[in-house]
Amino acid sequence: MLLSIQGLQKSFGELAVLKDIDLDVGKGKVVTIMGPSGSGKTTLLRCLNGLEIPNQGYYQFHDGFTLDFNQKLSKKEMLQLRRKSGMVFQSYNLFPHKTALENVIEGPVIVQKKDKQSAISHAKQLLSKVGLEDKMDLYPHQLSGGQQQRVGIARALAIEPELMLFDEPTSALDPELIGDVLGVIKDLANEGWTMVVVTHEVSFAKHVSDHVIFMDGGYIVEQGNPKDVLEQPQEPRTKQFLKRILPEV
Amino acid sequence: MKMFLVSNLLFTVTNGSGNWDLIVRALWPMVEGAIKYTIPLALVSFLIGLMIALLTAVMRLSSVAIVRAPAVFYVSAIRGTPLLVQLFIVFYGLPSIGLTIDPLPSAVIAFSLNVGAYASEVIRASISSIPKGQWEAGYTVGMTYGTTLRRIILPQATRVSIPPLSNTFISLVKDTSLASLILVTELFRKAQEIAANTFDFLLLYTEAAVLYWIICFLLSIVQEIIERRLERYIAK
Ligand SMILES: Nc1ncnc2c1ncn2[C@@H]1O[C@H](COP(=O)(O)OP(=O)(O)O)[C@@H](O)[C@H]1O
Ligand SMILES: [Mg+2]
Repeated sequence: MLLSIQGLQKSFGELAVLKDIDLDVGKGKVVTIMGPSGSGKTTLLRCLNGLEIPNQGYYQFHDGFTLDFNQKLSKKEMLQLRRKSGMVFQSYNLFPHKTALENVIEGPVIVQKKDKQSAISHAKQLLSKVGLEDKMDLYPHQLSGGQQQRVGIARALAIEPELMLFDEPTSALDPELIGDVLGVIKDLANEGWTMVVVTHEVSFAKHVSDHVIFMDGGYIVEQGNPKDVLEQPQEPRTKQFLKRILPEV
Repeated sequence: MKMFLVSNLLFTVTNGSGNWDLIVRALWPMVEGAIKYTIPLALVSFLIGLMIALLTAVMRLSSVAIVRAPAVFYVSAIRGTPLLVQLFIVFYGLPSIGLTIDPLPSAVIAFSLNVGAYASEVIRASISSIPKGQWEAGYTVGMTYGTTLRRIILPQATRVSIPPLSNTFISLVKDTSLASLILVTELFRKAQEIAANTFDFLLLYTEAAVLYWIICFLLSIVQEIIERRLERYIAK
């Protein structure tokens, strides 16, 4: 297990968004999270990398790093949590004042203090991997949405996180650009990256992920291997949701 | 009425005997006042003011009330009082508590504090205008608050704040004429000194006005050049 989460709860003021989440993420595994809008998927990812601080819960990483959110955590611990994962946003959030290459080397050079030349050659490898070897010197506004998202993936990979988090990475993209981005994520899965992916792409969930989680109303209502959850869902809410996003099935 | 005044002015400038002479004779002292005092005073006060402003803006954006409070107080006090009064407090007021400061440093202190308050509002607004996703993107590549502010937010906020900060600077250049009242021999003080001897108030003060105008015009050209440079990475 790379990460084991117990009793995770998160509220915004009065609004309880994550109610009692237990989740195990195996090393080298791909976990897909599905569920209707507002069910807490984004909040869960943000809690995983410390963009939100959970109100309660317990994280245990395979290397012995543990966090108990029932106690007040130091800034240092939160920073340590944040640096374990790389995040890919729905709206890319690239740095608009930096080229594709500069976006990718920012973390390694500024945060990890790596040698600039080796960071650049690593960044070039990553940008080639995501199919952008000829776009390295362009600014984000000169790239298509699909290209921007692939830069976003390369930027997250560059800090060599243990865990990659994707929040609906293709939902802001035109349909013809979705395939490229999903292809890149699939390659990463084959390379053995540990990933948690929020997506509504059922065929991706079925063929790439090892584990599917279905969330509703701040709970995990159903989880299991992709075939079981997607083809023979047990919970009425899962059935209903899948029927909505897969009208032809 | 307006027409009459303008033609009267033109008459004074062009036809009066020896007026051109006076204009030419007054030109160098005024330009010298601009070079030795007006421009350096504006530049130095602006640079110090920007540093105060950045600190104040960051304090005002803090989530800790005790950090915000002094910044809020400072901005409110400066914006709620006339610049001339601030200048007089520093130069004529402080000596009575044993703090005597020369005219020029007094002016620098008063103008820096004044610009610091106004510019902090501009900087705060431009920092707030940068989408939250930019902060989060900085955090997710492992940056701290300070690093994200320095590497990601401020470069983008700078672009946003150039036009309003240029306006602040141009206002400051004009406001330095107030330093004449605490005996700094800048451009306008020179005009006053010459006018006191010749009584050609209209002519000399108009000449001073034209000189301020030229300086501000040149500055607005510099502003445009900087803005165009920074536009490089902005979608058109
Ligand atoms: N920062 C926030 N402050 C207040 N409410 C929030 C905040 N972030 C999310 N929420 C609320 O939490 C709920 C779950 O949101 P989210 O995790 O984004 O769901 P999903 O990603 O599944 O669509 C929603 O009702 C949303 O309005
Ligand atoms: Mg979401």
